[in-house]
Amino acid sequence: MAGAGGGGNDVQWCFSQVKGAIDDDVAEADIISTVEFNHSGELLATGDKGGRVVIFQQELESKNQPQCRGEYNVYSTFQSHEPEFDYLKSLEIEEKINKIRWLPQKNAAQFLLSTNDKTIKLWKISERDKRPEGYNLKEEDGRYRDPTTVTTLRVPVFQPMDLMVEASPRRVFANAHTYHINSISVNSDCETYLSADDLRINLWNLEITDRSFNIVDIKPANMEELTEVITAAEFHPNQCNTFVYSSSKGTIRLCDMRASALCDQHSKLFEEPEDPSNRSFFSEIISSISDVKFSHSGRYMMTRDYLSVKIWDLNMESRPVETYQVHEYLRSKLCSLYENDCIFDKFECCWNGNDSVVMTGSYNNFFRMFDRGYRQDVTLEASRESSKPRSVLKPRKVCTGGKRKKDEISVDSLDFNKKILHTAWHPQDNIIAVATTNNLYIFQDKL
Amino acid sequence: MSSENLSDTPMEYEDEKQDSQEKNANLVKGEEVKLKAKYPGLGQKPGGSDFLMKRLQKGQKYFDSGDYNMAKAKMKNKQLPVAGPDKNLVTGDHIPTPQDLPQRRSSLVTSKLAG
Repeated sequence: MAGAGGGGNDVQWCFSQVKGAIDDDVAEADIISTVEFNHSGELLATGDKGGRVVIFQQELESKNQPQCRGEYNVYSTFQSHEPEFDYLKSLEIEEKINKIRWLPQKNAAQFLLSTNDKTIKLWKISERDKRPEGYNLKEEDGRYRDPTTVTTLRVPVFQPMDLMVEASPRRVFANAHTYHINSISVNSDCETYLSADDLRINLWNLEITDRSFNIVDIKPANMEELTEVITAAEFHPNQCNTFVYSSSKGTIRLCDMRASALCDQHSKLFEEPEDPSNRSFFSEIISSISDVKFSHSGRYMMTRDYLSVKIWDLNMESRPVETYQVHEYLRSKLCSLYENDCIFDKFECCWNGNDSVVMTGSYNNFFRMFDRGYRQDVTLEASRESSKPRSVLKPRKVCTGGKRKKDEISVDSLDFNKKILHTAWHPQDNIIAVATTNNLYIFQDKL
Repeated sequence: MSSENLSDTPMEYEDEKQDSQEKNANLVKGEEVKLKAKYPGLGQKPGGSDFLMKRLQKGQKYFDSGDYNMAKAKMKNKQLPVAGPDKNLVTGDHIPTPQDLPQRRSSLVTSKLAG
C-alpha cells in the first residue's frame, strides 16, 4: 500500500506548496472556512472566518520545467463580508465565509458567489492591464487642467500598465434567510442558483437581488416539533431541474422543480435503514450529513457523515452503493468527542475529476482518499514536517489496539484541534488543496 | 483494507462482518454508558430538538436598554453581579451592558494566506 494514493496505478502524492503563517498562535479571523477550485482549475479561492477571500492563480507551466505543474500564487484578495449586528432580532451575524462557488466563465472576467450566514454576494474579478493616457482636460496624475491652457486636442490612447486585479461586488442577495445559510449551488443553466439555510431553500436569479423563490420549507408549524434541519444542498451538475438536500437525520431528498413550485414533497428519499441493535444516544448525531456532492457525471452523489463517506447511485434509494470508513477508531471516543463538541464538526468531501477517487478530511491534520475502482484507501498528513518541495507524502496509520507499530499513531495521541474540514480537488488534474486550521496545502501527484 | 478477507468463504466473511458490527455497537454503547454516568440528566427531554434549537439560535445576543438603565441606577446603591468568566454568554441573571457585548471589528488586516 506504500505510495498508493488513489487514482490507481499507485499515484504518489507530493508536497507542492503551503500558504499561511507558520506560528501556532492562530487568530480567529485566519481560520479557513472554505476552499474551491474554479471550473478550469486555474483559480483556487479560499474564504476565512474574518470574511476575507483570497484567490490564487496557477502559473502557466514553464517550458524549462516540464516535470512541474504551475504553482499557485496570489491573484486577488478582498474583504467579502463584514460582521453585522441585527438590532431588531438581537442577532450577531458573523462575517465568516461559509461557502464560495464559482460561476462558469463566460467572458474575460471571473465571477464567484460567496456567502456568510445571511447574505450572498456575487463578486466580479477582472484584470486591468491597460489604462488610457493623454487626456485633454486632466493631467496624468488626475488633477484637472485649467481649460484656458488647452490649446491643442489629442486622442487619448491605451497604454500598457502593470496587471491589476480588481474585485467588485456586483450583486448583494440579502434578507432572504431567517436561519443560517449552509450551502449555495449554481444551477447548470448558469442563470439561477440556490441558497439553503437550516430550514429553507431559496432559488435566485443571478441578475435579480430583490426577489427569491422559496422552494423548500421544512419549518414545522410548531417549533417544538422540530426534529431535523437541512445540512447541505446542491444542484445536479447537468439536470437544471434537479437538486438534493441532506438532513441532520442522515437522509437525502432529491427534488424536481418541474413537479411543483414548492418542493416540500421529495421525488426520491435516500436513506439507509438503521440496524435497531446499533441504536444509541450518538446514532442520530453521527448520522447527520455534513456535506453532499454530486459526481461530475451526475450519476452518483456522495455524502459525508461523522464517521463515513457514502456513495449513492441516484437510481437506488434504499442504501448507498459504497461506504468508506474514514476514522472508525473514533467509536471508542464518542463520549469525549461529544463533550468537546468535536462530534459536531462538519467535514466536507470531494470527487476527483473522473469520479474514480473521493477525498475527505479527519483529525490530526490527516486526510483520507478512497479509490473506488482499485478498492484502496490511504491516509496522508498535511504538516510542515513533510513539506519539503516535491517530497512524497508517506501514508499514515492509526493504531487502535495495544501494540503500536513503529510510525503508527495511537488514537489517544491524535490532536482533535487539528482538523481538516475543507478539501478541494482540481477538476482535471491530480492537484489537491487541503486546508488545515489556518494553512492551505497544495499537493500534486508525482509526474 | 479487506484484502485479507478475500480468501475466506462467503459464510465466514458474513460472520466476521457481523462480529465487527457487534463490536462496534458494543463500543458505542460503552461510550453512551460513560456519557450517561457523567451527565445523568442527559436525554430526558427530547434530545433532538435541544441541540437543533441551540443550532438555530446561534448568534443570539441580548441587550435590554431598560435593564441597562436600571442597573446603572442601582449601581449607586450596591455592587452589581460581576460578569462571569464567559463574557460571550449574555443571558438570564447577568445584566448585559454594552461593554460586555464583544466588539465587532472587521478584519482590516490582509489574510496571512496572501502574505
